[in-house]
Amino acid sequence: MTVFFERMLLKNRLAFVSLITVFLLIMVAITAPWIAPFDPNQPDMAHTLGGPSWTHPMGTDQLGRDILSRIIWGSRISLQVGIIAVGIAFFLGTVIGMFGAYWGRWSDEVSMRVVDIMLSFPMILLAICLIAFLGSTLQNVMIAVGISLSPRFARIARGLTLSVKEQSYIEAARAMGAGSTKICFSHVLPNILAPLLVTATLYVSTAILIESSLSYLGLGVQPPDATWGSIINEGREVLRLAPWISTFAGAVIMVTILSFNILGDTLRDYLDPRLRRQV
Amino acid sequence: MRTYLIRRCLMIIPTLIGIATVVFIIVRLAPGNPAEMLLGDYATPEALTALKEKMELDRPVFYQYAAYLQQLFQGDFGRSFATNREVLPEIIRHLPYTLELSLAAVIISIIIGLPAGIVSAIKRDTLFDRISMVTALFLAAMPLFWLGILLMLFFSIRLGWFPLIGAGDPTTLNAVKYLVLPSMALAGTPIALVARITRSSVLEIVEQDFVRVARAKGLRENRVILKHVLKNAMIPVTTVIGLNIGQLLGGGVVIEMVFARPGLGKLLIDSIHARDYLQVQGTVIVTAALFVVINLLVDLSYSVFDPRVRYQ
Repeated sequence: MTVFFERMLLKNRLAFVSLITVFLLIMVAITAPWIAPFDPNQPDMAHTLGGPSWTHPMGTDQLGRDILSRIIWGSRISLQVGIIAVGIAFFLGTVIGMFGAYWGRWSDEVSMRVVDIMLSFPMILLAICLIAFLGSTLQNVMIAVGISLSPRFARIARGLTLSVKEQSYIEAARAMGAGSTKICFSHVLPNILAPLLVTATLYVSTAILIESSLSYLGLGVQPPDATWGSIINEGREVLRLAPWISTFAGAVIMVTILSFNILGDTLRDYLDPRLRRQV
Repeated sequence: MRTYLIRRCLMIIPTLIGIATVVFIIVRLAPGNPAEMLLGDYATPEALTALKEKMELDRPVFYQYAAYLQQLFQGDFGRSFATNREVLPEIIRHLPYTLELSLAAVIISIIIGLPAGIVSAIKRDTLFDRISMVTALFLAAMPLFWLGILLMLFFSIRLGWFPLIGAGDPTTLNAVKYLVLPSMALAGTPIALVARITRSSVLEIVEQDFVRVARAKGLRENRVILKHVLKNAMIPVTTVIGLNIGQLLGGGVVIEMVFARPGLGKLLIDSIHARDYLQVQGTVIVTAALFVVINLLVDLSYSVFDPRVRYQ
């Protein structure tokens, strides 16, 4: 990790700025209750649709709520969904892909056909379908986004497991009497973990993007709780009168996605220079 | 080639069954009785009894599944309880709006992304290259719906060049005006991808021996680029464009809501908000099936674009 920090991040200014941005975003999300200047859900009818000012740096919405405070609180939900949904996808995808490939034959066939079918849905459509029938709660949003992303992880885990399982140390473990679960978790997983972690970093931005799209469509976390997507949606209704509402919230999403993308790319380049050439 | 075509076309049948199965499982996973869930707020006792019978809910799940598949293959997606219209014709009515939006977005991404990528590669490390690649980086990170709102704000509200929302009268040329902003918003990410891939692909081809030979023969630079480099650089670009056509259906859901275009995406989201789940179920299945068919056509088109890819 120290080597990664010295070789990649300090030399690559853009990656370093992205790391700082992601760190700041996480800090903002953690300290939201203390740093938000106003209650994000408290209406203030005396100051509706106020433009950016010293008191309200990002203005106020149609109910007089402070946009900055709502964006700060919204970062909690976006990052939470980004990280937990990717965690769910990582777990599901790795288990399906790794065990399918390790056991081989029919289990590999079945798991890959399931993955193929899930990949035949556009990612956001599968998430929308799950939310539509399961209900729009934070927990369901995380599950829906996690399930939608999981086939991507399964594909990668399968490919990596297929090459690792042929190694002699796996054969040695099998010869010593280790069971398939033990071999998968103790020998296969540690050897396929690094590329999977890179994939996870790259997909955090996708998860945040899907969550914000769901919130924009009114299918994410329900009002009055603030999410970045729902702030943009509320801003769209008063676009002529208060364009800053959507503009600020969108800019924050863009900076977040950009930072995670650059960080993920840098990590990928560091861990696998071959991928850099392919991409 | 013909065997490949037939095999590839037949292979989408299990995928379509798989899509229907996933939707069946999701509906069954929903809390409560599936018939009550599908009818939502429109669940009169008579409608409920009729739907329970149709779904064979008093029989084992396997029978329910078989009945469900049979109805789907007969094109019976049920009747929307919100609009009292058949689900499938309603989907077909909205389909052209989605298709024209996706197609327009693909065309825009090629018109802008391809030249930007080529010029960036030819003028590598110049100001143009840096500006276009930074723009691509930002475009790829922009949420589509936000890009749509920004375009709306600038071109519709400030300049008044394009209508704010809607789709216009599809029988007149006026409808094109309504298509410009949504398709530009939807093309945001594909433009970035096409430009980046074209740039890296052209840079790779420029280093090849046959390009050096072409230059050594004394061909003019324009001819070298257009005739030798671009032709070979197009293969990965075609792949990226192809992969994106299907993905645009997903992005289109959000863009249609931003611009209130009456396509499949808007139909889906409006049905979810109206708790019209039979319409939701049908729209999801048809959209996913469309995605599969588009991907199949893209796969088949590779052999046309690249003579080296001849499927046996």
